[in-house]
Amino acid sequence: MEVRAQHGPKPYLTIRPTSGWQAIELAELWQYRDLLFTLASRDISIRYKQTVLGVVWVILQPLISAGIFSFVFGKVAKLPSDGVPYFLFAFVGLQAWSLFNNTLSKSNGSLLGNAHLVSKVYFPRLILPLSTLPSTLLDFAVAMGMLIILMVIYHVAPGWGLFTLPLWLLLITMLAMGVGLITASLAVSFRDVNYILPVAMQFLMYGSPVAYAVSAVDPKLRFVYFLNPLSGLLEGFRWSVMNRGHLNSGVIAYSACFAVAAFVTGLFAFRRMEKRFADVI
Amino acid sequence: MSSKDLAVSVRGLSKSYTIAHNDEKHTTLAEALVHRAKNPFARRQTETFWALKDLDFEIEKGDVVGIIGRNGAGKSTLLKILSRITEPTRGVIDLYGRVGSLLEVGTGFHPELTGRENIYLNGAILGMRRSEIQRQFDAIVDFSEVSQFLDTPVKRYSSGMYVRLAFAVAAHLNPEILIVDEVLAVGDVSFQKKCLGKMGDVSRQEGKTVLFVSHNMAAVEKLCRSCILLAGGQIVVAGETAAVMSEYLDSRAAEVDAQVSTALADRKDRQGEGQIRLTALTICDANGVPVEAVASGESIQFRLGYQCCEPGPNTNVTAAIAISTHSGNFITMLSNELSDDQFELTRPSGVFTCRLPKLTLSAGHYLINVAVNRNSIMQDWIQEAATLTVESGDYFGTGRTPPPSHGGVYFHQQWSVD
Repeated sequence: MEVRAQHGPKPYLTIRPTSGWQAIELAELWQYRDLLFTLASRDISIRYKQTVLGVVWVILQPLISAGIFSFVFGKVAKLPSDGVPYFLFAFVGLQAWSLFNNTLSKSNGSLLGNAHLVSKVYFPRLILPLSTLPSTLLDFAVAMGMLIILMVIYHVAPGWGLFTLPLWLLLITMLAMGVGLITASLAVSFRDVNYILPVAMQFLMYGSPVAYAVSAVDPKLRFVYFLNPLSGLLEGFRWSVMNRGHLNSGVIAYSACFAVAAFVTGLFAFRRMEKRFADVI
Repeated sequence: MSSKDLAVSVRGLSKSYTIAHNDEKHTTLAEALVHRAKNPFARRQTETFWALKDLDFEIEKGDVVGIIGRNGAGKSTLLKILSRITEPTRGVIDLYGRVGSLLEVGTGFHPELTGRENIYLNGAILGMRRSEIQRQFDAIVDFSEVSQFLDTPVKRYSSGMYVRLAFAVAAHLNPEILIVDEVLAVGDVSFQKKCLGKMGDVSRQEGKTVLFVSHNMAAVEKLCRSCILLAGGQIVVAGETAAVMSEYLDSRAAEVDAQVSTALADRKDRQGEGQIRLTALTICDANGVPVEAVASGESIQFRLGYQCCEPGPNTNVTAAIAISTHSGNFITMLSNELSDDQFELTRPSGVFTCRLPKLTLSAGHYLINVAVNRNSIMQDWIQEAATLTVESGDYFGTGRTPPPSHGGVYFHQQWSVD
C-alpha cells in the first residue's frame, strides 16, 4: 500500500483528520467567491419579495427609526446631541449601529439558517457568514445616500475627517463580524446564543453613543464607558461625518486594536469549530 | 500493480461519533454550565459509536462503483467524508481529481426564486463557477424540460418539475469524481431513466469516476461495474457487482428470515398510530389451510389478523398488502381500498382476508409488507412481515410457462390471428 502511494501521481486532494487551530485558506475562499456572491444576491433578491412597497422599505426603515428616536430621546428625554439637529444626530448614530447590528446578527444566523447546506454540501464554511455582508452594506449605502440629502437640508457640513470614513466602516464591520463568527459557531451547539444575543444587543445599544452624545456621560465615568470598543468606533464614525464628538487617540487606538483582534480571533475560532458543524447542526 | 490510474485511495478510514448518555445531554448552555459547576472534576459519561471502522479500498479512474448495505451500515457517512462535509476521525483519503457530490437533489433551492435564479444558486452551491453555469445553461434547461417556467418561482412548480430542474443542474456538474447518494428515489420513472443514462454516459464517454449509493438494486446492477458492501461500518465484501450483489441479497434473506420468524404481534419495528394493530399474517390455500409455499396459478388467501386497541367505531378502515422482490422492487399492492370494499371493524379483534383466485406471480421468493389505515391515517405498518415462496405452477393450464428470464408476472391472455 505505502509503496504504491509513493510512486503514483500526486493526489489532487488528501483528506485527513485535523486538530487544533487551522490556517485560513484564502486561496480556497477566493475559489468559491462565486458562491459568496450568489448567496448574497439570493439574500438581497428574496428580502423584499411579496412586499407591496418593496425596495422603498430600505429608505423608509431608517427614517422611521430615526423619527422615533428623535421623538423619544430628543423631544421627551431631551438627551444632548452635540449641537446638531437631533434627527440628523440620531440618523447617523443609527446607521452606524445598524451596520454593526446587522453584520453581527446576520452572520450569527447564517449557519443555522443554512443548516441544510452545511449538512449536505462542502464549501468553505466561512462563505456563509461572509455572504451576509453585501446585503448589509447595500442597506448602509442607501442610507448614506439619504444622509447626504439630510445634511444638505440641515446645513451640516463634514470636516476633513470625512476621509477617514472607510476606516470606521471597516473597524465596525470587523468587530461585528468577529463576534458574529464566534456566536454563530457556538449557536450550532447551543441555541441559547440566539436568545442571549438580542438582549445583549439591546443592552449594548444603550451602552453606546447611538441615541445620545458622549457629553451626556459623566466625565469621570468616560474611562469605563470607552472600554466598550463600540463607543469609540461610533463616536469616530459620527466625528468623520459631522465633525462633532469626543475623541482622543488613546480611545481610537484601543477600539481599533480591539476590533482587529476580535476579527482575527473570530476567524480562527470559527475555523477551529467548523469541523463539527455538519455533525452537530 | 495494475497500470490503471487511481481515482480514490482510502486507507484506515474510521469515523466515530460521541453520544452523550441521556442524563448527560446538555442542549442548553445553562444546563452544561450547571452540570460543570456541580461536578467540576467528573468526566462526561459518553459512548463512542463507530460509524465507519478501518476502511481500506481503492477505486480506479473511470470506474462506476456502487456502495450498498442496509440503513445504518455507514454508506452516507462514507459519502459525507469523501465529499468533505465532515472529517474522518482516523485515516487518510487521497483523491485524484476534483470531487463533485450530490447528496440531495435541489440542495439550496429557494422557493421564492425563479427557476433561472435557482439554476445559478444550486450550481454555485455544488461548486460550479458562474461562467461554467452560463456555458451549460441551455443544456441544463433543455435537460430539465421546464423551459416555459424558467421565470416562475419554483414554489409554484409541481414536485416533478422541481426534481427535474434540480437534477438537471446536478447532471451537468463537471467533476472528475462524482459522488451520488440515494437521489434517484424521487422523480418519475422516465426521468429517472434519463438521469441514470446521463450518469452512465458521464463515466463511459468522459472517463469520470462515479460513486453511487442506492437502495435500488436494479439501478446499481445496471450502472455499476463493481460494488462495495458495507455492514456495521465495515467492508463485508468488495468486487464485481454480481458477486457482491448476491452476497448482499443472501445476507438480506437471512435477516428477513430472522425477522419473519418473529410473530407479527411481537415485532418492534412497526410504525403508525397503533390504535389498530396487525397481529398475524398467514398464507393459505383456497380452503383456508396455511401453506408453506404456493404455486403459480393456484388460488390463495392472505389472512391478516388484527386487534383494535380502543373500542368504538373503527370506520373507513383499509388493509394493505404489498409484495416486493428481495431486491426491493415492488410488484403490486393489494388493498380493500382498491377493490372499493368499505370496512368497519366492530369486534375487538378479527381477520382481514384477501382472496386471489389465480396467483399471477412466477416462481421465486417475495417479501410482503402489511399496513392498516383508519381514515387515511396509518395505524400500523410492518415491513418484511412475511416471505412468500412461489413454486412454478401451471398458470396457463397448458403445462407451459415463459422461460425464467422472461418470467416475473403472468397475464391471462387471449390470442387471435387474421
